[in-house]
Amino acid sequence: MRVSVATVARRRTELGLLLMALALTVAAYTLVSLGRNATIPTDLRFFGGAIVVLLGIAHLAVRRVAQFAEATLLPIAGLLNGLGYVMIVRLKGELGAKQMWWTAAGIVAFIATLVTVRNVRRLEYLRYTFAFGGVLLLVLPLIPGVGYELNGSRIWAHFGPVSFQPGEVAKITLAVFFASYLVEKKELLALTRRSSFGIAFPEARHFAPIVLAWLGSIGIMILQKDLGSSLLFFSIFVVLLWVATDRASYIIVGTLMFFTGAFLAYKSFGHVQIRVRTWVNPWPTASGKGFQIIQSLYALGSGGITGTGLALGDPGRIPANYNDFIFSAFGEELGLAGTTAILAMFFLLIGTGLRIALRAEQSFDKLLATGLTAIIGLQSFIIIGGVTRLIPLTGVTLPFVSYGGSSLVVNYVLLALLMRISHDTNLKVAGTLPLNRREKRRNKRADKRDIETARDQTTVLGKTIGPQHQVGQG
Amino acid sequence: MNPQIRKFGLALLVMFGALFVQLNYLQVVRSDKLANAPGNSRNAIRDFGKPRGKIVTADGRVIAESYTNPLANSEYENLRRYPGGSLYGHITGYFSFTYGSTGIERQYNSVLAGHTTALTIRSLTDLLKSKTVTADVKLTINDELQRFAARALRKRAGSIVVTDPRDGSILAAVSYPPYDPNRLAGTNFPAIRAAFNELNADPAKPMLARSYRERYPPGSTMKVVTTAAGLDTKVAGPQTLYPVLRSLPLRFTKRPLRNFGGGACGGELASAFRVSCNTSFAQLGLDLGGAKLAAGANGFGFNRKPPLDISPGAAESNFPAPDYFIRNDPQLAQAAIGQGQVSATTLEMALVAAGIANKGVIKAPHFMSEVRDSEGAVVETASNNDWLKATSPETAEAITKMMVDVVNAGTGTRAAIKGVQVAAKTGTAQTGRGTAHAWTIGFAPADTPRLAIAVIIENQPDQGASTGGKVAAPIAREVLTKALGILR
Repeated sequence: MRVSVATVARRRTELGLLLMALALTVAAYTLVSLGRNATIPTDLRFFGGAIVVLLGIAHLAVRRVAQFAEATLLPIAGLLNGLGYVMIVRLKGELGAKQMWWTAAGIVAFIATLVTVRNVRRLEYLRYTFAFGGVLLLVLPLIPGVGYELNGSRIWAHFGPVSFQPGEVAKITLAVFFASYLVEKKELLALTRRSSFGIAFPEARHFAPIVLAWLGSIGIMILQKDLGSSLLFFSIFVVLLWVATDRASYIIVGTLMFFTGAFLAYKSFGHVQIRVRTWVNPWPTASGKGFQIIQSLYALGSGGITGTGLALGDPGRIPANYNDFIFSAFGEELGLAGTTAILAMFFLLIGTGLRIALRAEQSFDKLLATGLTAIIGLQSFIIIGGVTRLIPLTGVTLPFVSYGGSSLVVNYVLLALLMRISHDTNLKVAGTLPLNRREKRRNKRADKRDIETARDQTTVLGKTIGPQHQVGQG
Repeated sequence: MNPQIRKFGLALLVMFGALFVQLNYLQVVRSDKLANAPGNSRNAIRDFGKPRGKIVTADGRVIAESYTNPLANSEYENLRRYPGGSLYGHITGYFSFTYGSTGIERQYNSVLAGHTTALTIRSLTDLLKSKTVTADVKLTINDELQRFAARALRKRAGSIVVTDPRDGSILAAVSYPPYDPNRLAGTNFPAIRAAFNELNADPAKPMLARSYRERYPPGSTMKVVTTAAGLDTKVAGPQTLYPVLRSLPLRFTKRPLRNFGGGACGGELASAFRVSCNTSFAQLGLDLGGAKLAAGANGFGFNRKPPLDISPGAAESNFPAPDYFIRNDPQLAQAAIGQGQVSATTLEMALVAAGIANKGVIKAPHFMSEVRDSEGAVVETASNNDWLKATSPETAEAITKMMVDVVNAGTGTRAAIKGVQVAAKTGTAQTGRGTAHAWTIGFAPADTPRLAIAVIIENQPDQGASTGGKVAAPIAREVLTKALGILR
């Protein structure tokens, strides 16, 4: 009985939070319309209905297949997505319908991930598939006829009428690969032979993976001119390597390699120099190269503490305002209050993600949860830091908020994986407590399925890999 | 692995803390600087694209209004137009994205755009129902009179200012050549730039508001001020006798001061005033001395910016400081007859007439009569304050008599109106370039003045046929007749 109460309480919290996210989004949508032409939006019912349906379905799916998952993840993502949608409609109304469809696709992907990935450790067995897939996805935009260049970055691919950024998907597949690879090799990679300056250094050949990751990132930077993703891939790899091995030397070497790479890139590529120079001092080129970042700073400054109010500012002057610079648009219209709220939401996501990692019992779960959280955390830091001139600007999307289908769908998949890990962990804790009959039945079915799948895969691969996993044991 | 995950969490906390600090720096510490940075045209664009209130004449003609931009998807939803065209260019001014704004558009920008505190507080309560809360500015200008006055200049460079001496209202203010502010409105920026450059390069200076921004030597109209100084200081009275002379010999120079046309005149001050005798008033100036004459001029508003509610404001009229006249009789004599270093705007000379008309008190001149917000509530009304106490009521009365004589039997007979007694003073101011400006200032009716006027026609041939009395006085008569007909 106590379990069922705990389950219901968690989902009830989620429902409550979702209702708040819904209320905030609908209120923001109404304010945009009021600010623009002093009328209540005519499609308010449709809009409210669409959100109720989308978030409602996601919530019901969680109730059904991941009822023990953390309660805060879905509402925060929903609110970021909702506010982002409102801002996109406010900035570029014609993108609204597309973004709504992408949101729907994101929710479908979220549910599909929850339903198909009943156990994240299954992903572990597919590590090389993921590695290969990730590399293929990264190379895809470079293939003539499929990939194409847009706004100076060659990160797009299209199949028929559908275009997407394969790099976004690669983020997850590579995170899965990194996690499983490091689980397997962590003891080896943690072995130290030499020690200098009081720091234990592994053998030189164990630096091979980090060198590979570094070369890969450099490749992305040169071939696709995508600084943001390049930075993201490399830092996630280094963080996971360090988390897995607890060897500070990897962080040190990784940082050194990063700065070496950055220095070489600065020396060799014009677009890197521009990014750095406009970061150090954008003002001399206010109408040229520094235009973007200065417009962003103007918007943030004009917003002040409380902002102009939704639809009452002029964020139309910021280039790429609905995409990379959407945070600055919020800064202008919602002020410091709004930007702080967005920072807080991302930090809650990060905190929850890392808590899931901490509580997870299996190394793979821990590493994967850390990796997925690192994607959200580092990516939001890179873009918010970029548009506020804390760090040089490198274009990546603001997760869940920016316009863009690939990014939105992938982030929902990421969210589903985090929730799945959280569910597994909580289920184990809960498993030691008495269950009601319905939950018992459901768990038994799931257990049976999981064990069978695990056995099948073991058989297929012809050898025993990974620890045998049994749901329901303490 | 947990210690590392915790450390990673801590690292992210520090990074997000840095973001928060940076946001505080940008949105609090540097907020004002960024919001008002020269390159940040947000404030300008916001005002430019938003609806603004109308500018309306006293008799209800709309002379500036906003309309919806016919180009959909423009970042400027509203544009400005001026149905009054060139007739009101120097009053409405322009509201340009590239060149900023001038005139009433600039002076009353805060109420026209509708974001003053008073308006905002009012609008917060009905934020949801009212679309925009702007305010309309109603002027004291009478459109019919303004149109008539513009025609009365007959395409000659010059200007006319008509004011109500009782409250300082500007009833008409025209300046020729004019310019059409519509040429600088809108979003066709290349055409606007071309028009602006063309208007600025034009030697006729059409953008110059001659009515309140251009200074001219006031010539004999200045004798009103000199006489007031003489009467106020009791240096002279209406019966003070002045020798009949052709020219007045002066110390420190071999060149005596001659009468206009070289004739001989003099006698009592009142009759010298009637025929505008230069030698007599030069003598009066010498009798007064630089300090008293300058004090008299300053009392009428020289060396002081009239508080006219327009932007940029009215130009200051100039009269030299007392020190300038030390051992400088030639300049003192010139100043007493409105020549030399003395210069005045048309507005200033209209205010001199108004001061005499209003028993010595000059009311603060103003264009605005009231400001109403878009819901009809009065936001602001003209204060009708006194500006200066120029002279005593007795002096004003004595000078009124002399100015009546000018119209009835002096240089200003062409300003006379049948059935209404007009008081006036003419002037023919040498420019030193072989031409003269023809002036007439005055008011009507002389016993209960409702109107004061100043007329100047620039650069007339310097000869007997083109005096103020012949060129400017008839215009004063026409305009005053019209004004008396309209404004009952």
